[in-house]
Amino acid sequence: MEAIIIKDLTKKFGSFTAVDHISFEVGQGEIFGFLGANGAGKTTAMRMLCGLLEPTSGQGTVAGYDIYKQRDLVKQNIGYMSQKFSLYEDLTIKENMRLFGGIYGMSDKEIKMKGEQVIQDLSLQNEQNALVESLPLGIKQKVSFAVSTFHTPKIVFLDEPTGGVDPIARRIFWEMIYEAADRGITAFVTTHYMDEAEYCNRISIMVDGKIEALDTPSNLRKQFGADNLEEVFYTLARKAKRGDD
Amino acid sequence: MAAISINNITKMYGGESPVKALQNINFEVNHGELFGLIGPDGAGKTSLFRILATLLLPDKGSASIENLDVVNHYREIRNILSYMPGKFSLYQDLTIKENLEFFAGLFGTTLDANYEFIKDIYVQIEPFKNRRAGQLSGGMKQKLALCCSLIHKPSILLLDEPTTGVDPVSRKEFWEMLRTLRNQNITTLVSTPYMDEANMCDRIALIQNGQIMSINTPSGILDQFPYRLFAIKSNNNYHLLQKLKDNSEIRSCYIFGEYLHITFQDNRPIEIHGTEMMEIKPGIEDCFIELMDNGSNNN
Repeated sequence: MEAIIIKDLTKKFGSFTAVDHISFEVGQGEIFGFLGANGAGKTTAMRMLCGLLEPTSGQGTVAGYDIYKQRDLVKQNIGYMSQKFSLYEDLTIKENMRLFGGIYGMSDKEIKMKGEQVIQDLSLQNEQNALVESLPLGIKQKVSFAVSTFHTPKIVFLDEPTGGVDPIARRIFWEMIYEAADRGITAFVTTHYMDEAEYCNRISIMVDGKIEALDTPSNLRKQFGADNLEEVFYTLARKAKRGDD
Repeated sequence: MAAISINNITKMYGGESPVKALQNINFEVNHGELFGLIGPDGAGKTSLFRILATLLLPDKGSASIENLDVVNHYREIRNILSYMPGKFSLYQDLTIKENLEFFAGLFGTTLDANYEFIKDIYVQIEPFKNRRAGQLSGGMKQKLALCCSLIHKPSILLLDEPTTGVDPVSRKEFWEMLRTLRNQNITTLVSTPYMDEANMCDRIALIQNGQIMSINTPSGILDQFPYRLFAIKSNNNYHLLQKLKDNSEIRSCYIFGEYLHITFQDNRPIEIHGTEMMEIKPGIEDCFIELMDNGSNNN
């Protein structure tokens, strides 16, 4: 079953069409990159997919649940992580896991077992009781991802996940995403950094509320006769009429 | 004489268990050069910028701007230098024009007097000159910030991560503006966490954990990559990665988009069944990783 199916999804704010009839499907275990310039409508589209915003028109299911009628079920079956916010800085790693596990209705026993597993998998025995604010960025990102997938969601939304970390830490992070995808978790990645997009199985590029391109990175390069995705993106995004937000 | 000269700068933070933010940093930036300081968050880029901008005192070492010491001659330096911090620092409730006039006023000049100097960049935002800075897009804010930092005709420009959080189209335009400034004889030191921006600079320094790992022209850095590098892929790169990590004949293996980049022990490539493999030229990111692997640092 497809993890995300949307058809003609549209969101209007007054007379402004933020998201304009977008349609696509994302498979289970797929890593899908959702790109667009500032103001293209990425955030609005993602808020609809996460069950946070009711669409104006169109249809869609996320994790098998309807994005109009079953928004609570959508929320329970997805995870979310962003570079800007994911963990409480004034809680320890363990406390963050307890908090998020609790919010998603996991039992104390489950939280404890899963928590120990995560600490072991990420070799964080020495850091588990340290406040998140004291951790290096690379470790924070790993923990953020582990927490966003702590309740074993069907889909994890990653909102510009890896900005600013060193190249090795970034690769360790992407290995975690690949590993999760290997276990069948779908990763939906929004970013405006093309080098991040290269790691995705397929990507879509949004311009002025519409999806202007959708394919694998290598097919997009071929289609646009470009050496890299940056060029593809530039070709599409510079046509944008809409100012960004 | 170099435009910027940095000698053995060391900076520590914290009392009981101090963190070395900068360790014995040495380099020079020549007149009219576009010099890139490339490294991740926490590498020490901002500390170095703040020392050069006369806003932070080093613990050891010295630095000079146009032969003026950053500690003893901070007043003179502030007249010839411009510092654009990573965080947007203009007045959000003033318009584009008001911000420019304000910063011009601080330096005893006017927008009209230096209009020609900033014209190339300013014309791009001039149609919106009565819009408040807080209402501008990320790309436009950066253009305004650059105009404000140029309004007193500085000879040295320090730009701390000007392209972070800016979309690719605006990023590209921003770098084109920096190339233009280079032709106006301004010395620019710019920092970025994005390795792909290295190629836009005349020379770059790669910085990690408060230490400079390498300084060279972008092509010079690439030429120093010590191994033959191969790109490899299969129908399941994640499984391939696991397999290669356990293979003792593989020296290093990292994910790069839809390929893995690998080097072999003793530079002797072997055939790997069920894959597509080709020899490639390294990029700045390959070099950065190689330097990190060989350095003493760890995260």
